[in-house]
Amino acid sequence: MGYAILRGHLWPGVYPKRIFVRDGISVVRFQNVGMRYGLGPEILHDVSFMLEPGSFHFLTGRSGAGKSSLLRLLYLAHRPSRGLVTMFDHDILTTPRRELPALRRKIGVVFQSFRLLDHLTVMDNVALPLRIAGGREREIRENVTELLEWAGLKDCLDAHPETLSGGQKQRVAIARAVVNKPRLLLADEPTGNVDEVIAMRLLYLFEELNRLGTTVIIATHNEALVTRFRHAQLHLEDGELTIRRVAAAGAA
Amino acid sequence: MLRNRTDLPLQQDATRRFLPWLVAIMVYLATLALAGLLVLNDAAGRWDRGLSGTLTVQIPPLTGEATAGRDAKAGERKRVAKAIKVLRGTPGIVEVRVLGNAEIKALLEPWLGTGDFAAELPLPALIDVKIRPDARINMDGLSAVLDGAVPGTTVDDHRKWLDRLILLARFTQLIAASIVFLVSAAAVATVIFVTRAGLSIHHEFIELMHFIGAQDGYVARQFQFQALGLGLSGSIIGFVLAAATLLALGVISGQLQASLMPKMSLDLSQWLMLAAIPVIVALISMITARVTVLKVLARMP
Repeated sequence: MGYAILRGHLWPGVYPKRIFVRDGISVVRFQNVGMRYGLGPEILHDVSFMLEPGSFHFLTGRSGAGKSSLLRLLYLAHRPSRGLVTMFDHDILTTPRRELPALRRKIGVVFQSFRLLDHLTVMDNVALPLRIAGGREREIRENVTELLEWAGLKDCLDAHPETLSGGQKQRVAIARAVVNKPRLLLADEPTGNVDEVIAMRLLYLFEELNRLGTTVIIATHNEALVTRFRHAQLHLEDGELTIRRVAAAGAA
Repeated sequence: MLRNRTDLPLQQDATRRFLPWLVAIMVYLATLALAGLLVLNDAAGRWDRGLSGTLTVQIPPLTGEATAGRDAKAGERKRVAKAIKVLRGTPGIVEVRVLGNAEIKALLEPWLGTGDFAAELPLPALIDVKIRPDARINMDGLSAVLDGAVPGTTVDDHRKWLDRLILLARFTQLIAASIVFLVSAAAVATVIFVTRAGLSIHHEFIELMHFIGAQDGYVARQFQFQALGLGLSGSIIGFVLAAATLLALGVISGQLQASLMPKMSLDLSQWLMLAAIPVIVALISMITARVTVLKVLARMP
């Protein structure tokens, strides 16, 4: 699949054009979902919401409110203890385990601590999802190189993550999350380790991805960003979720 | 598909540096034990085949006054002839042959040296008897008849001695087989331990691979080919050392030329059996690693 050139205003370079597909079906649907770890207390209670393709949500709430647990359910790291979770029209409780990797490949995750592999170069870190999906090595290198140029990491292709700055690591993590053209992008506190300027740039980037069709959920503590970017919020409090809509949801 | 690259930093595991050496030691021991087993099997079979179906009848020399002079020789010949008559008359016996002086001397040579002692020493007459393989001969009856005809005659069917020797050989073989089994079990346990250690060291990476959509087989492959490589390199080292040891033993035992020593050299089919050990150990390493990784992954959603 070719990458058309589109000038990005965030970072120098090129941006893959129209990489995401809308399909008119809900990306995520939670119905009365409860979740607990082992025999521990229930972390999430009766969570119900639906995300349409191309929607943009903040996931807010205090520490310990259950944001990370909800994200774990969303990137299929955990199965719900009760209730119904439907991802891309698949009921997660009844989907056979062997079919879950294919669903996971439709989800891009920017982890809070980046989770980059220090023994791999930036190129190999970003190429990981494509290699796992069995892509051809030549195409993988071409696509990853182009994506990293767009992300302003052209000079760091062969660098190892430990030599990068926090902002650069953040961009590598985002590049890895989007390289597979995910339909759902999850970011856990992506602005937690960066200053206000970079945090704003990251948000613009996520909006740009969203405009191209990706459904985006960003877990954040940053009230200033939430206020400024005026997207709908999935707000968690003591494991219970409420949806806070804004008048001009979706606008930057 | 066999990828020659890996996404996991397996090379950094200290535990994995020891694996080839542990495998080498185990393959070395297993190969020697199996070689011992094969050599003993050969020897026991040869002893059994060589001595079954034969009897040795021993007619003691005449003692006292009768030992001197021509009469004595004639007397002895008569005794031998009597014994031969009895033996030929026994059903089941197919061949009766008196051992010549030269043969008796050759048998005694390891104990008495090459001197011309036959003239001075009273030597028994020996009769080599071959029995039809399917024949059942009453040894006690034959002994009694022979002793009646020629007093002092003894019959040795080698069975007692042979049975003890073969029992010893089989017991030693059992020990060798136990060593092969125990060493293989230790190899499997080692690979499991090393793979588990690798898994706990790389748990976060495996989790990441899992979350970004890696199939279990993809993750398992990374470990299994590492284990195959490590197992194979260790196996080859162990096998080469064992082969060198066996060849050296073969050369040394060849120089001894002792008839009782089992033959220490191995034929091609036996070498092939030995060569299967490193291959099997390397495959066990690979399969163990794969199964261990898949088990851990199966616990993830």
